[in-house]
This record gives sequence, C-alpha cells and structure tokens, in this order.
Amino acid sequence: MERVLMKGNEAFGEGAVRAGCRHFFGYPITPQSELPHYLARRLPEVGGLYLQAESEVAAINMVYGAAAAGARVMTSSSSPGISLMQEGISYIACAELPCVVVNIMRGGPGLGNIAPSQADYFQAVKGGGHGDYRLPVLAPASIQEIIDLIVLAFDLADKYRNPVMVVGDGILGQMMEPVELGPAPEVTPPPKPWATTGTLGRKSRNVVNSLYIEPEELEKVNLRLQAKYKQVEQEEKRWEEYRADDAQVIIVAFGMVARIAKAVVDSMRMAGIPVGLIRPVTLYPFPDKPLAASASGAAKAFLVVEMNAGQMLEDVKLAVCGRKPVHFYGRTGGMVTSVAEVEGKVRDIWEGLK
Amino acid sequence: MLEAVLLAGFGGQGILSTGMLLSYAGMEEGLHVSWIPSYGPEMRGGTANCAVTVSDAPISSPLVTEPTTLIAMNLPSLEKYETSVRPGGLILYNASLIYRLPERQDARVLGVKANEVAESIGNIRVAANVMLGAFIEVSQAISLKSALEALTKVLPPHRHKLIPANQKALQEGARIAREAGLVNSVNH
Repeated sequence: MERVLMKGNEAFGEGAVRAGCRHFFGYPITPQSELPHYLARRLPEVGGLYLQAESEVAAINMVYGAAAAGARVMTSSSSPGISLMQEGISYIACAELPCVVVNIMRGGPGLGNIAPSQADYFQAVKGGGHGDYRLPVLAPASIQEIIDLIVLAFDLADKYRNPVMVVGDGILGQMMEPVELGPAPEVTPPPKPWATTGTLGRKSRNVVNSLYIEPEELEKVNLRLQAKYKQVEQEEKRWEEYRADDAQVIIVAFGMVARIAKAVVDSMRMAGIPVGLIRPVTLYPFPDKPLAASASGAAKAFLVVEMNAGQMLEDVKLAVCGRKPVHFYGRTGGMVTSVAEVEGKVRDIWEGLK
Repeated sequence: MLEAVLLAGFGGQGILSTGMLLSYAGMEEGLHVSWIPSYGPEMRGGTANCAVTVSDAPISSPLVTEPTTLIAMNLPSLEKYETSVRPGGLILYNASLIYRLPERQDARVLGVKANEVAESIGNIRVAANVMLGAFIEVSQAISLKSALEALTKVLPPHRHKLIPANQKALQEGARIAREAGLVNSVNH
C-alpha cells in the first residue's frame, strides 16, 4: 500500500475528510495552524466548507449551529483557544449534539508558549467547561493512529450525540511520519431525526436547547447525560499494552510520551529490568481495567510519565487503588521528557523494590 | 541500522526541506522514518533545526536528544549541539561558515564548504543538500539514488526547475565525502 509522509496536523485534517466531515470552523493558533490550513484547501475539493471565524468563541458556536443541523463538523485549536471554547462545548454537551474538537496542546498556563505539553488533561477529561458533563477523549500516539482515531471520534460523537475531543501535544501536530491511507473507510453516520433542518411535513418542530429554567427538568437532563456517560464508561475504554504481561514496573503514559516510554521499556528490558507500558488510548473513559489487573498481578510499582505536573496520575491512582505504589515523573512548561530521564526514574524504582 | 540525524542552521538555509528529503527517500526505501522540526517563532535568519530518524526497525521515540549525526550549517548550531552527539557519532559541518574544528575527539568529523559548492552550482539555496549528499555517502543509511528521486516528491511542481541544481548538490556532497575517505564504522 502506498505510504505518504504527512504532518500530524495534516493527518487530523485528512482523517476528518475521510470520516465524512464536511464542515470546519476554526481560528489559527500555533502549534496546530497546519490543520485549518490543510482543510482550507482540502474541504472545498470535496464539496465541504471551511470557514475561519473571527475568534475561537465564534468558531465553537458555528460548530454548535452546524451540529444542530446534523453536519459532521469539527474545530481545532491549541490550549488557550480551547479554553475560550469551553462555554460553547458545555452548551453542545447539554444540547446533546455530535462534534469533534481537536486540541494540540502547548505549554501553559496562561498564554504560555508554543512548545509541546499535556497540561490540558484535567480540562479535557474532567469536563472543562461548567456543569456536569463529560467528553470522550482520544489520545493518538502516531500519525497513523491520528488517521484511524479521527474516524472513531466522529463515530463516537454520533453514537452518543456528544462532543468528542482528540488531544495531541505540539510534537504530534508538527512531526511527520509515513502513513498508509488505504481505501477511505465506509462512513455511514446514523440518521439524525433530531436535526433542525425544517419540519419536513412533521407537525412538531425540532428544538435544540441548553436552557432549562425548571430545576426538575434540568435534573432529568442531567440524569440522562449521566446514564449516557455510564454507557460510555462501559463500552468505550481503549488502551494499548506493550510488554506489560510479566512487567514488574509498569509505565503509564499517553500520546507522544508513550512513544518515549516504549523506548525506555526496550532499553530497560535489555538491561534485565522487567518493565512494561500501558498506554491509555481513551483518556475518558479511563482504561482502569488493565491497571487494576496489573496491580493485582505481576506489577510491583507503577510509574506515570506526563508532560505536566501529574494529572493522569490521579486517574491511575484511582485505578490502582492503593494496591501498589504509584510514582510520577513529569516535565512542565513545554519541556519534553527524555528517554534518559525516564530510565533514571525506572532504575530508582527498581532499586527500591529490591 | 538507526540514524538519528540533527540538521541545524539558520532559517532560510533549507534545513527543514533537506530533512524532509532524507525522510522521504528513507520512506521510499521501505525504512521507518520520522521528522520533527523545532517549530519556534523563528523566521529567516533565526535558528532552525529538525531531527530525522531513519531506521530499519519501528521508531519508538522519534525525539532525538543524542544524535548519531549532527549536520551543522553554521557556528551557533555547532556550538549548541556538538556536545549532544553520541560518542563515535558523526559531525558534518559547513566549512564555508564555520572556521574552527569541532572540539569532540570521540566523533568522526568532516567539514564541507557547502556554500562554495552551492554557489559553483549556481544556487546558494542548495547548500544543505550538499551536506545531505555527504551524509548519505558517509553513512550509507540510504542510497543516493533514492534521494535524487525523492526530489520530485519533496519539491512542489512549481519548483521542479530546481531539481537539477539539487541533484548536482547531492552528487557533489557525496563526491567530496568519498574523496575525503571518511568511512562509517558505527551503528551498522
């Protein structure tokens, strides 16, 4: 199969087109600007619409409108821009509309910098905006996986009528790797009888809304959302295990850091230290099962590695539930964890176990 | 075989494109490749670098903190990255702009007057590809033929008139390295 060299940001764009996305609203911000740049050229080629909004706030509300009309629609930004979108994402979650939001994370907090980061984990998986809501969150670790997961993101969004977030760090957006595109996937979005596209002869109008004045009514909405999230937690946990079966030290890392961790697993195994990797592919729902199983099995210690001050760490601790020690190593502010640093941490943990 | 190459120089020297050419040529040979730019807010005249990994095995970490080869196109790049080169690694430096020898005693070193070679070809902008030609000759990580052919993929159609100059640059770089007699002896 033909391989093409593609930048991560471009892969998000091409993946979306292959998933049947025909509408994109966004606003440029480094390090994700190649994504809207790519779609500005690509979407018109397939009869789609690309629009650069006047701000991130406008962009997410255009997404809200297009989603209400039943379109497969996407926006993308980087950390500060995603913060600006949070109000709109909360509205879309309450209105139960499908859309995909890509966050190519950069160093924060504040305006921060444009260097790679994973510091928006809490924001992505714990809600982000106001109110009790959740987004399925996917974290690809290679350019090929971007192509594959963006299709899943649109499918999950339609299946659950919920925004889905896909996160990567600045490196994943900027780097190039070969990808095999293969034939375009079969895309069959489910019927959307709730879409506000005219009554089409029906007596009643479709209404898209996130305003519920009566608490009794809003509680019902909340209960419905919670039941939906429960189903998401039951059905959508995804993860990758690498040499984890007999590992006594389990590294837990997502996205680009999981690539660094893989190199550490290999080098430590060469040095006779049984290390493995569990890589969450979905950050919400968090894949607690393999961690719980390892904690009750061969694992003697866990090491969470992130490009933040310890955010996924909390979910790992919940999954391990005190059965084994959970260590942490992270860099912040756009600094990237090196293989040597993680190796040092693993050696320390291994010495402590003896 | 694993080559982790750091290409560094001024913005505008063609560093990123040359890295892309190496990546593309490697991919066309069926190798695993990755390309990562430094994407700081630099423009022409600022520093620019990219890291390219070419390997016959899947690449776990595409980040290059300890390059097997440094291609330094200017003095600031040599000064910044010389110490990071893996022991036994290779330092190729642009002797047109760097008037001192690298200080590393445990690396193989070759200076190429890339700017002069590029000017003799008639296009200063192909200097980075002179260095790439030298790298290919010394490392044998990919064949020169693959790089020559990949130019049509890396250069957009409206730049295809530049292909002959770039091919000449690759060939001249390879010739200079061959005549210098620097033979690769590590990482293979």
